[in-house]
Amino acid sequence: MESSAKPKQIRLSTTPSVEDLAKLKLGDIVYLDGLIYTAREGVYMRACEEGVALPMDLPAESAANFHCSPAATVNEDGSFKMGAVTATASFRFAKWIGEWFRLSGARLIIGKGGMTSRDYKTHFVPNNAIYLTTVGYGTGALLGRGIKSVKTLHWRKELGLAQAMWVIEAENMGPFIVESDRDGNSLFERENAKIAKNLERVYEGTKPAVLKRFGETDDRSDEVIG
Amino acid sequence: MIPIKLIEETAEKLMDKAAIEIPEDYLDGLKTTASVEDGDLSSFVLQAMLENYEAAKEDRRAMCGDTGCPRWYVKMGNEARIEGGPVALEAALRRATAQATHDIPLRPNRVHPLWRTDHDNNVGIGAPEIEYGFEPDGEWVDLIAVHKGGLFGTDYRMLFPSDGIAGIKRFFLDSLVAFGKRGLACQPAIIGIGLGGSKDACMVLGKRAACLRTVGSRNSDPRIAALEDEFKELGNSIGMGAMGFVGKSMVVDCNIEVGYCHTGGMQMSVHAFCLSSRRAVARLHADGRVEFRTDPDWFTDYQRRETVEWNPPQNQSKSA
Repeated sequence: MESSAKPKQIRLSTTPSVEDLAKLKLGDIVYLDGLIYTAREGVYMRACEEGVALPMDLPAESAANFHCSPAATVNEDGSFKMGAVTATASFRFAKWIGEWFRLSGARLIIGKGGMTSRDYKTHFVPNNAIYLTTVGYGTGALLGRGIKSVKTLHWRKELGLAQAMWVIEAENMGPFIVESDRDGNSLFERENAKIAKNLERVYEGTKPAVLKRFGETDDRSDEVIG
Repeated sequence: MIPIKLIEETAEKLMDKAAIEIPEDYLDGLKTTASVEDGDLSSFVLQAMLENYEAAKEDRRAMCGDTGCPRWYVKMGNEARIEGGPVALEAALRRATAQATHDIPLRPNRVHPLWRTDHDNNVGIGAPEIEYGFEPDGEWVDLIAVHKGGLFGTDYRMLFPSDGIAGIKRFFLDSLVAFGKRGLACQPAIIGIGLGGSKDACMVLGKRAACLRTVGSRNSDPRIAALEDEFKELGNSIGMGAMGFVGKSMVVDCNIEVGYCHTGGMQMSVHAFCLSSRRAVARLHADGRVEFRTDPDWFTDYQRRETVEWNPPQNQSKSA
């Protein structure tokens, strides 16, 4: 069946203004232009816990933090080869995100699966930030096409290729989906609530396991990301 | 005798094919899934994925930035001989994994679990996994490269005979709903289910059911085949589509494999082979021919053999 309402598509700078972000609605499709840097647990631990100074001028150079390890390699001449890029699940980074906003001034967090609306309201809204989710998951080749160049690689020796801070120049890079808005609402949670209504019927005719597990719940509005 | 150089070269090509070319059976399955999806956002996601597979092939770049954990399945005909023996074979597969990780490139995902040491080549202690199977006839070796992605979507549970099919369904739904939210399982997926064996064997069976059987294949036991159909439909009736958006695209296919288990138990594992269901296969013959394909054809009658050629001792058969 053809989809009736095609999602809206928007080009956005990686140093967006508050006004730019205010226009975005949950479910809008975004393509990015400008510098993006990768930062995940390695970078967060080094910057937020060990207090090491950031190796680039944030957010002036970029306000877009990608939860990503690229499929990339460093050539013998020091140049970079980057094939595909895909996000990693963001909920694991919630514990650092408040401090990270303070250090980096990020306004776009790009990743997989989003965070909770509680995280959005606590950390994102006060920092004028929104969350963009990658699509699929696994549109790595499409996102790879949106990389105009690899600018530099920070903390490669300290963190290894997968955890290092890659700085990439994006041109019409996407698609991404707007997962959180300026009020801290979550698209995933909105969808979960719609699906939950159907679950009781789907579970009809099944029964709980004879042997229980500690911490187990039958509340199907629960999420594994906490 | 199969030359070791041929094994290494072929293994590098398989790494490349697995990372870049989505297997035809999965692609056809996903197109069918996309054709009936009516959720707007889920539809958008599926169309983007279909474009992504094309982009990967056109550009010869990995289809997904998380290129997963490369692993090998090796199946040998009983008459196959490898230059240098099994140790040389394993060394060749490890070298090919490292070389291909650099050349394609793949993401160097493999690290030490505690010290997070990364060799930047996807090789380390126990990595890549190499598993073996054998067939009664033939001088050939099948090399199967699987790039298995995903930290989510897999679970194990000890069920019991009293849980029955209703309990199996419950755990199946629990796994899909828990990991389907926000699309953590990267669905729609090939869902592999392992039933029986022991805990480790059950996990191995389920993973092989997901990774080594094609979309549209059915278990040779017609009653299990019927369950596969039923579970596929059940999964797609949850109301959840790609990325956990409203829709009906959870399961591209459901494959079930079983092994005999303890009389008191009924082990169950669930595995999701994701939107990047990456596998590539080659048969290497003794005369140097190499045939590439995407169907591992792992679960032959021999792999599912149920009994043994055996004459029960006389006194036991008398008393039976």
